[in-house]
Amino acid sequence: MVNMELNETNIYKALEQVMDPEIPVLNVLDLGMITAVEVAGEAVHVKMIPTFAACPAVELIRRNIRTVLEETLQTVVTVEIDREAHWTSNRMTDSAKEKLKNFGIAPPQISNGEAYSEILLQTPCAHCGSKNTYLRSPFGSTLCRAIHYCRDCGQVFEHFKPLE
Amino acid sequence: MTKNNALIYMLTAMADDALILGHRNSEWTGLGPVMEEDIAFSSMAQDKIGHAWALYRIQQEDLGGGDPDQFAFLRNEKDYRCCHLVEQPNGEYDFSLMRHFLFDHAEAIRYEQLQQSSFAPLQPLARKLKGEIKYHTLHANAWITQLCRAGEESYARMQSALNACFPLALGLFEPGGEAEDLLVAEKVYPGEKALQQLWMDRIYAILSAAALNLPGEHAVQPAYGGRKGCHTVHLQPLLEEMGNVFRTDPAATW
Repeated sequence: MVNMELNETNIYKALEQVMDPEIPVLNVLDLGMITAVEVAGEAVHVKMIPTFAACPAVELIRRNIRTVLEETLQTVVTVEIDREAHWTSNRMTDSAKEKLKNFGIAPPQISNGEAYSEILLQTPCAHCGSKNTYLRSPFGSTLCRAIHYCRDCGQVFEHFKPLE
Repeated sequence: MTKNNALIYMLTAMADDALILGHRNSEWTGLGPVMEEDIAFSSMAQDKIGHAWALYRIQQEDLGGGDPDQFAFLRNEKDYRCCHLVEQPNGEYDFSLMRHFLFDHAEAIRYEQLQQSSFAPLQPLARKLKGEIKYHTLHANAWITQLCRAGEESYARMQSALNACFPLALGLFEPGGEAEDLLVAEKVYPGEKALQQLWMDRIYAILSAAALNLPGEHAVQPAYGGRKGCHTVHLQPLLEEMGNVFRTDPAATW
């Protein structure tokens, strides 16, 4: 493998390959989990934040970031949890929301702090797009998902819930 | 009493409450009355145990405490600071739901206040946990409201669950003596009495909309003692089960 130049652009490019183990169509940049990257001499230093405090995949993601970056950039990589930064679902990029939708999960609405009543009704159905829906449970198959029901297509769908 | 010790007192109480209720919630896994509820209590269990871990971690990183796993699983019963509410067995679903309602509103209020804490490491965590707990209170409010409108038996069960849970829930706000005074003076948080008042206002609004009668604060005996290490008979068997696997090899890497 050709040694890539150590710069931020190449680090970000490499990070695009690190996928979320629970939603494999999204990478860590899509999710807004990376808060800083830094080149210090021959080493790379990355800071990340978990989405939910109790996310069981954090350690795995952290390891994956290190492995992928070390393989791609052929250098020493450290990954640290950023204790200052705050993850909200507004950190997700627009392209991430598009990918989520195509994956069959309704993306989070923009959270303005009071969004919780909005999600009870009218979260657009991930299958047919109808807004004739209601929240069946704020909890789903992973901590970040809720379960809704669509009255128009008669199907249950998952929703990445907004987190402020 | 140093500020460090006072902070450890408060954080241990908060974390132990979350850990023990998290364990109780997990006992619904596979037994929930409908699938969504099975998933809900399992998810809340995961959240609570994660919140406990984050609080133990602050003690380790900022206050000279030990490893979170060891601290969570290897203490003696009298060194736990959880309140009696969280120790109770799950009972029937009405009891579990009412406990969840009273507990999560108390946590929501505590974290709202701790966002402004003078103890800096708590600010970002409080902000994060507050956002997550909104889904717990959303869940609790929906069930309390619906079950109180679901017929006579359902309503009577919710009222009797409230009567049983309320004195226990007051134990969430057990006065913290010297430690509490110091934390209030240092503007770490506004104190238990202030939190209890905010909590009463918040739950009253929802309970009265559901036509439930909140027992008088002064008509019941609050279940105090947990914060001082005096526990009900239910805690020790829970601790034995919870730490069973960990204790077989405390040095194992998971």
